[in-house]
Amino acid sequence: MKTIYTPTPLASHPDEVRVISKRFGQGAHEIERYIQLDGYKAARKALEMKPEEIINEVKASGLRGRGGAGFATGMKWSFIPKQSDSPKYILINGDESEPATCKDRLLVEYDPHAIIEGVIIAGLAVGAKTGFIYLRGEYRYLLEIMERAVADAYAKGFLGKNIFGSGHDFNILTHTGAGAYEVGEESALMESLEGKRGLPRLKPPFPAIKGLYGGPTVINNVETIATVPPIILNGGKWYAAFGPNEKNGGTRLTCLTGHFNKPGVYELPLGYPANKMIYEVGGGIPNGRQLKALVPGGSSTFLLNREEAESATMDYDWFAKRGEFLGSGGVVAIDDQTCMVKVALRIMKFYQHESCGWCIPCREGTDWLKKTLIRFHAGAGATKDIDQMLYLANNMAGRTFCALGDAAAFPTISIVQKWRNEFEQHLGGRSCPFEKVGDRQAVLV
Amino acid sequence: MQYSPQLEQRFQKLVSQYPWKRSALIPLLLYAQDEVGYLSDEVIADIAKRVELTELEVRNVISYYSLLRTRPAGKFVVQVCTNISCMLRGAEEVFEHCERRLGVGHKQVTKDGTFSLEEVECIGACSWAPAVQVNYDFHLNVTPETMNKLLDDYQNKTRQ
Repeated sequence: MKTIYTPTPLASHPDEVRVISKRFGQGAHEIERYIQLDGYKAARKALEMKPEEIINEVKASGLRGRGGAGFATGMKWSFIPKQSDSPKYILINGDESEPATCKDRLLVEYDPHAIIEGVIIAGLAVGAKTGFIYLRGEYRYLLEIMERAVADAYAKGFLGKNIFGSGHDFNILTHTGAGAYEVGEESALMESLEGKRGLPRLKPPFPAIKGLYGGPTVINNVETIATVPPIILNGGKWYAAFGPNEKNGGTRLTCLTGHFNKPGVYELPLGYPANKMIYEVGGGIPNGRQLKALVPGGSSTFLLNREEAESATMDYDWFAKRGEFLGSGGVVAIDDQTCMVKVALRIMKFYQHESCGWCIPCREGTDWLKKTLIRFHAGAGATKDIDQMLYLANNMAGRTFCALGDAAAFPTISIVQKWRNEFEQHLGGRSCPFEKVGDRQAVLV
Repeated sequence: MQYSPQLEQRFQKLVSQYPWKRSALIPLLLYAQDEVGYLSDEVIADIAKRVELTELEVRNVISYYSLLRTRPAGKFVVQVCTNISCMLRGAEEVFEHCERRLGVGHKQVTKDGTFSLEEVECIGACSWAPAVQVNYDFHLNVTPETMNKLLDDYQNKTRQ
């Protein structure tokens, strides 16, 4: 079977704390190897625990949703009603599409059974008997790895009827998407799994009450669910202690991308200093250049300038205090020879392409902003456009069914505010000061 | 509509495994496209019947998902990511190189039907940028030079 797609050996650094990446590169996609490496011990342990005990352990771990929203996982599970007339479901979000985020793919590739084990434990915690693992359509080879892992778990009696001889039944279905960023939003994900266009649903009702097929549904990111088995095995407090406090527990896979000397995916503890992340783990900025901007966690987050980035702490609290977001773990370093107008344009082009069109502020706002940024980058911007962009972005945020409108607005607001001078440098028909002669304009299409 | 026995078997399993039959729709469409090459009128009519939807409902879903297509593509669909992490590491040069070498632009097919070219959004390989996907195969840390070699390799596959 072809499994070596991601370059190995993977990047590594001594400061890494390997909780969920400890089996990477060790052949753990094979079920026997996974069992040798402490696999399925946590599921067996959970079968001996009461549902509340499982949830309390996850609560104590400080684990928060690693997809980007950062909602407390134990809390999310506790919202599922104990009694329900309709079946309950666990839905795993492997639609990994947030620009700069490339971590879930490693978990599926190197440790698929950890995901299965996490789903079983979540099922026991909330009383669900069926789990779905949804992977984005582009991840076909990963879907094949996942399908094989699920089949192997069935063959071992870890899935299906009477799992581990416990009297409990649990089933997992794998599912492919077909290309759509929006489907990573939890309500759109459910729509997509139900065979529809991935449009977000109005909330409430929240998925915990009325989700997939109308039943109470837990929706967790791949990384979040893969973190559950080590928490159950070693205890919530053990996991929380890797981070600075109980609200920022544990570790997370951090994807260093863009202008780093050593890009790669590293498992770093929460609360890790961004300065060390940039200059030690990431090896600093190539070509003797300086850092200009940092995307902290996927292109939906507010960008930091160099000063902010060098003093940041990579945990939820540091960003929350500023009214900003830690995000998905997808970090982008941008060097001082990069045009921030172009960065804003490329980000907006993405959101305009991916907006599902359901909510007018997002559909019209992303299109209008993209057109304005195209004009600006081509040197045909007007002074009033700068404030107009802020006005538009501010009126998109918080005015849509899902967070895509916010996701498009936040980076735009931060770029226009922090690099206003670069927008001004594009005024008056001047060509882009950062553009090399003959640079491609196809990004503007 | 005649599919391979393996695909037919897979279809039977898919339409029966979900609480609601309609859930099978997107996998059915994608797997049919993998085998047929695109979602022809005939495929759409067949799948609509299998999940008990109208053809219009099926088309409504198809138009939402970027991987689904209702027109034939090249044998090899070259998808170059130019999103932020890839752009910063030279993805535009890679895309431009493909345009020049293949003589086609975004979403176009070469005359001989061998290649389609697409500029795509993030494919989740950002730490190994620039990333290119040809059909379902990922190629990482691509440069214009390695891209050229890659296209040679795919071109040679058609001759075998």
